[in-house]
Amino acid sequence: MENLEQLVQDGLSAVESADSLQALDQIRVEYLGKKGVITQQAKTLGKLSPEERPAAGQKINEAKGQVEQAINARKTDLEKAAIEAKLAAETIDVTLPGRGQDLGGLHPVTRTLQRIEDIFARAGYSVEQGPEIEDDYHNFEALNIPDHHPARAMHDTFYFNPGTVLRTHTSPVQIRTMEDGKPPFRMICPGRVYRCDSDMTHTPMFHQVEGLLVEENVSFADLKSTVEEFLRVFFERDLKVRFRPSYFPFTEPSAEVDIEWGREEDGSIKWLEVMGCGMVHPKVFEHCGIDAEKYRGFAFGLGVERLAMLRYGVNDLRMFFENDLRFLRQFR
Amino acid sequence: MKFSEQWLREWVNPSLGSQELMDQITMAGLEVDGFEPVAGEFSGVVVGEVQSVEPHPDADKLRVCQVSNGEQTVQVVCGAPNVRAGLKVPFAEVGAVLPGNFKIKKAKLRGQPSQGMLCAEAELGLSDASDGLMELPESATTGQDFREFMGLNDITIDVDLTPNRADCLSIKGLAREVGVLNSLATKAPAIEAVEAVHSEVPDIRIEAPAGCPRYLGRILRNVNLTAETPLWMQEKLRRSGIRSIDPAVDVTNYVLLEQGQPMHAFDRDEISGGIVVRMAKPAEKLVLLDGQEVQLTEDTLVIADHDKPIAIAGVMGGEHSGVSEKTRDLVLESAYFDPITLAGKAREYGLHTDASHRFERGVDYQLARDAMERATRLLMDIVGGEPGEIVEVASDEHLPKAPRITLRQQRLNDVLGLAIDSATVENILTRLGLSIEEANGESWQVTAPSFRPDLAIEEDLIEEVGRIYGYNNLPVTEPVGSLGLSVREEAIRPTSAIRNFFVAQGYQEAITYSFVDPKVQQLVDPDHEGIALANPISSDLSVMRTTLWSGLLKTVAHNQNRQQPRIRLFETGLRFEQTEEGIDQQPMLAGVVVGNQAPENWINGRRATDFFDVKGELESLFDLLGIEVEFLPSQHPALHPGQTAELIRDGEHVGWLGTLHPQVQKNLELNGTILMFELFLNSIVTGYVPNFKAISKFPEVRRDLAIIIGSDVPFAKVEHVARMHAGEHLTALRVFDVYEGESLGEGNRSLALSLFWQHPERTLNEDEVHTLFNGVIDALKEELGATLRS
Repeated sequence: MENLEQLVQDGLSAVESADSLQALDQIRVEYLGKKGVITQQAKTLGKLSPEERPAAGQKINEAKGQVEQAINARKTDLEKAAIEAKLAAETIDVTLPGRGQDLGGLHPVTRTLQRIEDIFARAGYSVEQGPEIEDDYHNFEALNIPDHHPARAMHDTFYFNPGTVLRTHTSPVQIRTMEDGKPPFRMICPGRVYRCDSDMTHTPMFHQVEGLLVEENVSFADLKSTVEEFLRVFFERDLKVRFRPSYFPFTEPSAEVDIEWGREEDGSIKWLEVMGCGMVHPKVFEHCGIDAEKYRGFAFGLGVERLAMLRYGVNDLRMFFENDLRFLRQFR
Repeated sequence: MKFSEQWLREWVNPSLGSQELMDQITMAGLEVDGFEPVAGEFSGVVVGEVQSVEPHPDADKLRVCQVSNGEQTVQVVCGAPNVRAGLKVPFAEVGAVLPGNFKIKKAKLRGQPSQGMLCAEAELGLSDASDGLMELPESATTGQDFREFMGLNDITIDVDLTPNRADCLSIKGLAREVGVLNSLATKAPAIEAVEAVHSEVPDIRIEAPAGCPRYLGRILRNVNLTAETPLWMQEKLRRSGIRSIDPAVDVTNYVLLEQGQPMHAFDRDEISGGIVVRMAKPAEKLVLLDGQEVQLTEDTLVIADHDKPIAIAGVMGGEHSGVSEKTRDLVLESAYFDPITLAGKAREYGLHTDASHRFERGVDYQLARDAMERATRLLMDIVGGEPGEIVEVASDEHLPKAPRITLRQQRLNDVLGLAIDSATVENILTRLGLSIEEANGESWQVTAPSFRPDLAIEEDLIEEVGRIYGYNNLPVTEPVGSLGLSVREEAIRPTSAIRNFFVAQGYQEAITYSFVDPKVQQLVDPDHEGIALANPISSDLSVMRTTLWSGLLKTVAHNQNRQQPRIRLFETGLRFEQTEEGIDQQPMLAGVVVGNQAPENWINGRRATDFFDVKGELESLFDLLGIEVEFLPSQHPALHPGQTAELIRDGEHVGWLGTLHPQVQKNLELNGTILMFELFLNSIVTGYVPNFKAISKFPEVRRDLAIIIGSDVPFAKVEHVARMHAGEHLTALRVFDVYEGESLGEGNRSLALSLFWQHPERTLNEDEVHTLFNGVIDALKEELGATLRS
């Protein structure tokens, strides 16, 4: 039986020095397999007396167990090492940039329009569209701007023939919406408008959003709150807003809306005109077949580029239509 | 309109500083655009009197003057041609500081000591240029501070009046408004009738009473138009932005500014017979005061004599009948012209005058006589002369009548959102010059004054009450109307979803002008003619786009010129086309792509974007929208003949995808292979609402095949034939290899396809699949001449 102990010692040191799972498996066969040297020890039991057998048997089992445990432990170590080696080999530089497209971006005017549409959609306004080549009737006449009205001169209209123009404002969509439906109305119309004017502060095409609310019981006070709230939500801060009497042929009373803008530190605070608004003129209702005694309404119009410039600090209107990628990419 | 603050304050002088006054009128709806001082910034200038003038011993053009400041006399060297003994001039004494921080010091000019400087107007910021010393009237007090003498502590205020407020186009009107705002009365100069000293009167006939309901004329004989307009009047004109011309013109301009009544002075000797106010006759011509000859249109109201037109009524006088220094007798005109008749007329002749500006907007129809008396008196004070009687011809029938307007208290409250008490309302109406004819506790009957033709209906009065009450004093309330939920169709994808899709694909959105360069458009869309603007801003923005490509390709050029090698752009917007039914305005979606498929990076290589990259993106878009679109080989004049697909949905054309034709690309001076697409938005946004189908629990079977087939047979045809024969349980067909090589023979290519079958309710058996698969192979052989690749 001294032999057994020696076998265990040999086995354990063989396990110790095994450097692969394959070698380890060979050791297992060599010592613990059916013909393994330790397994074979069981044959010596026959030579022992029945009293000695159980103790000797147990010793052999213990010896087997000892080697088996060592093999298992070594196996776990070797497997772990193998995984670690594999992982080490698979290491990448995670700081290299990923592959894929650069993200594009929305045009800042669209971005601004979407915010405006969103704000009004939450208050139940629908979004309406209208033609950009417009007839004289919808662009002027129905809006109480008859032929040769001095207000026409202020519009710098692009025209195709005397009766067909590029719309100078989004207001004709008010008319088209009211012609096609029945009150009440809550709608905005975002879109391109055109004026024959081009310099530092004018582009021949720009964007407006027109708003219209027609209900049985609406007042100038409601208009004030709508405009003030819109400006507060759009600029995400409290602003000083003032309503300055003005004149639009299609609203009465009419007002221009100024906000206080600038920084106190450098004394740049001043009033900036941002919107026009008013109560729908009875003549406009008349043109649309709406009873001005039963319904009242308010309308407002704002310049999208103007708001985008204030919001994003753009200082040159013309950049919006140059579509320089270095400009556009700043608004993704 | 520009006016002098001081002049206004002569009429009404509220206890407000200049800025407060400007703020007040701005907030009343008369928007102040800006203001500027009436003179440059200077000090130390007094009224000086030139005592004597001696030639300079060493300089031909300089003179040595003795100048008094009232207390002492000093020597000043002066180079002005008009310096002379006895002249009173602005005198900058030693220590004075002139505009531009120019300090006056003791000096020597060519050896002669000079203590101070005699000034011209330009040197004091009173004009842009001057050709000699400013000459002051003899009555000026020598030694008086010049600023004080001239009243130069004044500003010119520029107010941008809306077209409805013609009543404020005068000092009188502005003063009236400021009076209303401050509840102050105005102090108008007294106007008294001038007594006639002779019986000569102009012969006046109105043949167009609708255009000219009232015309007043008066003869002023023996005037001296060489007289000088007094400095006070020149100054008021100057501070209102009007140059002094001669006394007759100056006085009519002065009355226009002060009273708001445009007037005209004719040379009586140039009027043949008498004055006739009529419409122009065919082919009549007139040389205007500004020297240009115009051909009059028949809807132009003219002032004529018995032979010819002598003025365009309310716009501009004729040169021939205009006054000059030689004029002896004047015919003065003061009239009321109908705004509608005059509307747009000045513009038709390329003119815009102070008179036309006022008449088009509406002059006080009761003002003509007062203005005539005021002008006569002012003229006589300057040029002397003998006045005759005023002749007035008027047609009551055609004169405006002050409408009676009803204002209901309830309506007022409803529109403004505030119950304003009736005393306040009446106070405001009265201050505005409206007369309350009747009041019954619920409403008022009022008539508007003749100077407010803009007040005609109830809303006009509501606005006036709100305006004077103060918009910012009105309450703020939330609209309370019902908020019905509106329908939004689920199958229709919003444009914002499409935009976001392209943004995620690396496209930058562009917004380009709807009018484009016809030359560019001719290249990219020669089959459609752009609708031309009658008055384009420039020739390269002169026709409406028929395709969004016109603007996008220009944007590509702009960016390529700025070293941007990789450009992916899209745009949505209308394109415009003239059709037989009218103008078609279609919302489009277009994109252009040039440069490498991926941004420059370390792993992907540098492959240029090709057709299938963009096609893949469009296919993804169509998946997103839930629509099926076919790409068919086709031809488009702007696209590469071998790389053009027409996009078809349910048999309908929905757009194009292709590579820009190399020749067009060259003509547009663009670099690289440019892929472009354009789709009709309305044709692609409607997809479907998902409808659940049970998921099959049974296995899917896959069979692959490779065929050799003519290269000219489009894959779409192969797919079509295969699907026709693959039975109803085919779930997918994919192409996983396309190969062309010599081994296949000239004009052939190999396609490798995989087909997938699955039955919803049972496992497909081997025989079934085998039969279907062989059916597909046979059909490809028979119908398309394919062979199986071994």
